[in-house]
Amino acid sequence: MTTFAQQSSQPTAGGQTGSSTRPLGPGHGAGQSEPRPISRLLPPPGKPALDLGAHLRRHGQVPYRGRPGQLIEDVRVAGLTGKGGAAFPVHRKLSAVLAAQGRPVVVANGAEGEPASAKDKALLLLNPHLVLDGIQLAAEATGASDAVLYVTLDAEKAHWLNALIAQRRSANLDRLEVRLVAAPHKFLAGQESALANRISGGPALPSFAPPRVFERGVDGRPTFVSNVETLAHLSLIARYGPSWFARAGTPDEPGTMICTLHHADGRVDLTEAALGTPLSDLLDLGPAVLANGDDPLSTPASAVLIGGYHGAWLPTATAARITLANAALRRHGATVGAGVLAALPAGRCGLAETARVARYLALESAGQCGPCRNGLPRIAGALADLADVTGGRRPDPALLHDLDRWSGLVYRRGACAHPDGTVRFVTSALRTFDAEITAHRHGRCTGTSNRAFLPVGNGE
Amino acid sequence: MSGRQEAKLAVNPIACSGHGVCAELLPELITLDEWGYPLLADIPVPAHLARQARRTVTDCPALALLLTKPT
Amino acid sequence: MDSSSTALWYVSRATGVVCLLLFTAVILLGLLMSRQGKLPGLPKFGVVHLHRYLSLLAVSFITVHAATAVADSFVNISLASAIVPFVSKYEPFWLGLGAVSLDLMIAVIATSLIRSRIGRRTWRAVHWLAYACWPIAIAHSIGSGPDVQHGPLLWLTVACTAAVAIAIVARTAAALRAAPSDAQIRALLADSHTRNRTRIGAAHR
Repeated sequence: MTTFAQQSSQPTAGGQTGSSTRPLGPGHGAGQSEPRPISRLLPPPGKPALDLGAHLRRHGQVPYRGRPGQLIEDVRVAGLTGKGGAAFPVHRKLSAVLAAQGRPVVVANGAEGEPASAKDKALLLLNPHLVLDGIQLAAEATGASDAVLYVTLDAEKAHWLNALIAQRRSANLDRLEVRLVAAPHKFLAGQESALANRISGGPALPSFAPPRVFERGVDGRPTFVSNVETLAHLSLIARYGPSWFARAGTPDEPGTMICTLHHADGRVDLTEAALGTPLSDLLDLGPAVLANGDDPLSTPASAVLIGGYHGAWLPTATAARITLANAALRRHGATVGAGVLAALPAGRCGLAETARVARYLALESAGQCGPCRNGLPRIAGALADLADVTGGRRPDPALLHDLDRWSGLVYRRGACAHPDGTVRFVTSALRTFDAEITAHRHGRCTGTSNRAFLPVGNGE
Repeated sequence: MSGRQEAKLAVNPIACSGHGVCAELLPELITLDEWGYPLLADIPVPAHLARQARRTVTDCPALALLLTKPT
Repeated sequence: MDSSSTALWYVSRATGVVCLLLFTAVILLGLLMSRQGKLPGLPKFGVVHLHRYLSLLAVSFITVHAATAVADSFVNISLASAIVPFVSKYEPFWLGLGAVSLDLMIAVIATSLIRSRIGRRTWRAVHWLAYACWPIAIAHSIGSGPDVQHGPLLWLTVACTAAVAIAIVARTAAALRAAPSDAQIRALLADSHTRNRTRIGAAHR
């Protein structure tokens, strides 16, 4: 188990790995503060992953409550929100599934289709038992009769996870047998209806909603879909209570989350951070506040991507002044999303990076809805055109009008949020890289390096 | 009458194949984008168009146009 | 053979021919719709309405066709054998095919009438039976009597069959040729002139 853990948490980008040892923000909840560094979910730096025996010694048995629904109140008081990107209040989802007609299914969503995010893969490797505990607790709370762990698999990983599950069954820890279902390596694999379709035996393509999966999901049954990190938090709340949970984080956004950090120097780490932590504590963004505004050359990062590929770019100076909390981020058009934080190195062209990601997003469209199928490739093509100033070429300024029009045409006209998230990402790029756009329109680029920074999976 | 929501047009974008019959039948509320897919007015269906809206829903070859139920 | 029986028999045969024409028109219109085509001079919804009204007209004619065949006393065709396949004493096989075709037609049309209630998937699945209904009806008409086995009615049948066959081939070719979305998408991504107006259709419909 130890050796496996050491080769674990390989984030998809090239770069060194390791758990971060940087000190994290103190908790703002009532009672004593969380000791630094926070290690609720990820093992403390240098410590190996917990095997079942160590897990039971540290956290005890699965704290079943005895009846469906009991845990939901604790989750509500704790204020747990989803860690898969949408930040939906977990207690509401649990209640909805419990109230729906039919025998529910619980699905732990470890698909992690976001190429820049590695937290779910790492969590499953470093602390799988917290996730597996969470599955059992969610199943009890919703009255579910089936449980699925949905995750990208290779033979070795499947064998290892099945062994863990079998070990727990023979130790009589789990009441429901957990079935492993392989998720494809696609951006939309973790979308809730695509997930439900895949688990039901079909392709991982989204469906039109209503009905949402909490009403009719896997095999037409009410389905509680939750990110694996969320389930890990849930299993800790069940043991230690809502007040403990709120010792880290802010009063409105309690708790911690795992972030994938892409540093400007190329390192990629994972960190568990309390919500409300200043972003400048997580990424090196240079002098916190520059007296004369944001001169891109004086900071190591020319811009910061927050949330993931459906997230938003912010100028470094803005990012340096805000915290990892939706309350602060929403004002700037961003959310914590899947916890991806990427500092674009100075000397890289933000437009080129955006164009590469937009191309990936266009190729990852499910292709089922006309507006998305037609609009995303055109948006990506226009960005590629804007980014290309080889030989002093000047992109047509009309492209900006086209981008604006196409963004408006795809927004909320698909069956899922893929076009919406893409538009948010692209629109924030056009805003943040405004100066770069002006330079490009005159045939110049401020970038000094063409190397790709953000990962776009095994595609082109 | 307070708080009562009128029916609105909606489209199942997966079922929609861009026939464009809806825009012909209900031009007051439906136009086509530059790729031939329907753009629906985001307003409740006015009473004088209700019958025509219902017919348009029935006539969609792909059964992709929907009327959300008034509450 | 008394004259009323003769009259009934003629009406049955005549309405049979009309049904052949109507069914052919309905299936051609259906194929046209699935390619989002239109008839010259008519708006797009014209195709939809024509397809629907002609199929309902066909219901009337098929009812008369079956009823007159049953009522006619020259040959013994029971009411049941019009609907239940292969139970007729007269030409059980060929008439049976007619009954099969009638049953399929009822299924297709009934589900279409209530399609908003039964949901898209069920409706579409049953509607595919139309592709079975039509050839079975043709086989029934060829085998049931000498009318269409020679002369102008034979040519009519051949013409209808050819029209439908060509339409199906054209429809399939169009679906395959609508370049799989992937190729079109990649072409758009590579092309700097992003203002082209080609619509990317769905890969598989």
